[in-house]
Amino acid sequence: MLLFVLILLGLIVGAVVIVVGMYNGLVVLRNRVKNSWSQIDVQLKRRHDLIPNLVSTVKGYATHEKETLENVTMARAQAMNANAGKDVKNIGAAESELSGSLAKLLMTVENYPDLKANENFMALQEELTSTENKIAFSRQAYNDDVMFYNNKIEVFPSNFIATSFNFKASEFFEIENKEEKIVPEVKF
Amino acid sequence: MWELIAQNRRKSIIILIAMLMILVVLGGLIGAYISYPDGWIYGVPGAILIWLIMALVAYNAGDKIILNVSHATQVSKDMYPRLYNIVEEMKIAASLPHMPEIYIMNDSAMNAFATGVKPERSAIVVTAGLIENLSRDELQGVIAHEMGHIINRDVAFMTFAGVLMGSINIISHTFLRAIFFTSVSRRGKLGGKMGKSNPMLFLFTLVFTIIAPILASLFYFAISRKREYLADATAARLTRYPEGLASALEKITSTAGDVAYYNKITAPMFIINPLYSRDLTSGSSTVNFSTHPPTHERIRILRTLHGKGHVSMREYQSVYANHRKGDSSLIPDSGLKDNTPTSIRQPFAGDTQSHKKTLREVGDLLMAANGFYFLPCSCGLNIKVPPEMEKKHIQCPRCGTALTVPSIGSQQNFSQNQMSQLGAIVGAVAGGTATAATTALNTGPLSFTKKSADRWETFTCSCGSPIQLSPLFKARQIRCKSCRKKITINYPE
Repeated sequence: MLLFVLILLGLIVGAVVIVVGMYNGLVVLRNRVKNSWSQIDVQLKRRHDLIPNLVSTVKGYATHEKETLENVTMARAQAMNANAGKDVKNIGAAESELSGSLAKLLMTVENYPDLKANENFMALQEELTSTENKIAFSRQAYNDDVMFYNNKIEVFPSNFIATSFNFKASEFFEIENKEEKIVPEVKF
Repeated sequence: MWELIAQNRRKSIIILIAMLMILVVLGGLIGAYISYPDGWIYGVPGAILIWLIMALVAYNAGDKIILNVSHATQVSKDMYPRLYNIVEEMKIAASLPHMPEIYIMNDSAMNAFATGVKPERSAIVVTAGLIENLSRDELQGVIAHEMGHIINRDVAFMTFAGVLMGSINIISHTFLRAIFFTSVSRRGKLGGKMGKSNPMLFLFTLVFTIIAPILASLFYFAISRKREYLADATAARLTRYPEGLASALEKITSTAGDVAYYNKITAPMFIINPLYSRDLTSGSSTVNFSTHPPTHERIRILRTLHGKGHVSMREYQSVYANHRKGDSSLIPDSGLKDNTPTSIRQPFAGDTQSHKKTLREVGDLLMAANGFYFLPCSCGLNIKVPPEMEKKHIQCPRCGTALTVPSIGSQQNFSQNQMSQLGAIVGAVAGGTATAATTALNTGPLSFTKKSADRWETFTCSCGSPIQLSPLFKARQIRCKSCRKKITINYPE
């Protein structure tokens, strides 16, 4: 009888240990996802901050590109709105729009050699390029973490823990690469 | 990734233990030889003590020692934003919690290495030649390779293995010298104990003392080569652009000239070992004793990987296995699990800067890193004042204007006049400069009184940057270029 009780007790303790371990594992993964999202967020904000300076620098040289500049400014405002909303899909869409209009702007710059040689512009371009890279790299890290976390939520047996403690799957962050879609105009 | 590190660590520990055994046996044998037969009681702890002391020093100051030996100086972001940005990009890609310090070696040879026992305290060192000659993508590849060494914990292993190898070397060298250079008379005296001890023991000790360093370095080299491939694989995964590293390696090996400051310990740390850097053409004759795999093979693997269009650790593994005829033990299976292949990115398009301009930038960077002060003259010339210069006034070599060298503390302010133009733009983004500028405006105008109305005059703003007034300047106020403060100018009556 005593033996039976001991075995039962042992089983219960073992089960609790396993559940707690799984729960903690899920929390760690969820925090990792949160942390890598904040990395992306930092870079997106940095890009938003750089754009007004870029626009004002380009304005001084490229007076005929009003429309392109307005597009960039608009896309930035939209992206900032979306960022306030915290919805990963919306942010992704708005940011792809911004990437596209930025790429277009940088392409028109090719027609203004004075602007290209401007030191302010060169420093800004380096910062922008690097920020784009950082967004891409942090996005990759984020998506890796999300995949790992989502897998853990769906897979047996941790899916039981996930449903009972309300762990929700995170969304992937996608930015379409619009640069490749833009075909540069050829003038003769 | 974590499994990869764990597996790495297990293998490293086995190797380290093997090397430690060599050290212990060496100490024991020498001890026993000096005072037969119980000397090993002192020999073994003695050898371990030497190793412990060296390991402690290496752990606490190893990175600083290595940086000093290599004559490297630290670089901050405003000195060369591009390099800093590339390192930061790779730091983000590797999800490293701390930004490694960046150092530059004033050397026209192309090379790089990473140091630091812990990832929290790491440094990446590049030569000036590397920045001068590589494109952004290539430089990124090299930095990613070094980052790979940091996140795979290679640096720590290399340091400790290097220390063990060093201890074995020191002990065996000292012993061999003691034997060969002891005078006959002394030997006679000591020989009373030693000579009679045991001729077999003497022979065995002698042979082992000669073999031990070779054995230790074989262990050391064997694992270091695999680590290079592993760092290449990590670099490909981090950059998603294997061609960058491939063409960087090609450029590094095809140019003449080796790094000037290296020694036996630091040499294996470089991306291309300066001791054996000519292996691009020399085939496999030196392979077993070199710390790095043949570079042409590394390039070939990276290029094949690039041709596949997408990259992951698993892809690298399969390409590696193909090239090495079925040798697939590079990355443990557990390290491959959570690794989705990602497609290769587009090359960086903005590399339009002329080589001459890059050379000039790197030259400025080196001077800035070494504490030179950048004194702009009104004629457009940027005079670089060395930190040891004591004269207060110099003449501009182009226009002859007398210039005042700003004193104490202004050396650190290099960035302020260099960055003055872009500082307002880029710096304002960080928030720091913008608020500093507005508060500075509120503190009210400062003033400067000209000595004569029709001469060139220079004075230093309270922020440390020099301001020049031309004889044509007649206004009552001037705004400092770097701190945006308004300064009132008074004229003599």
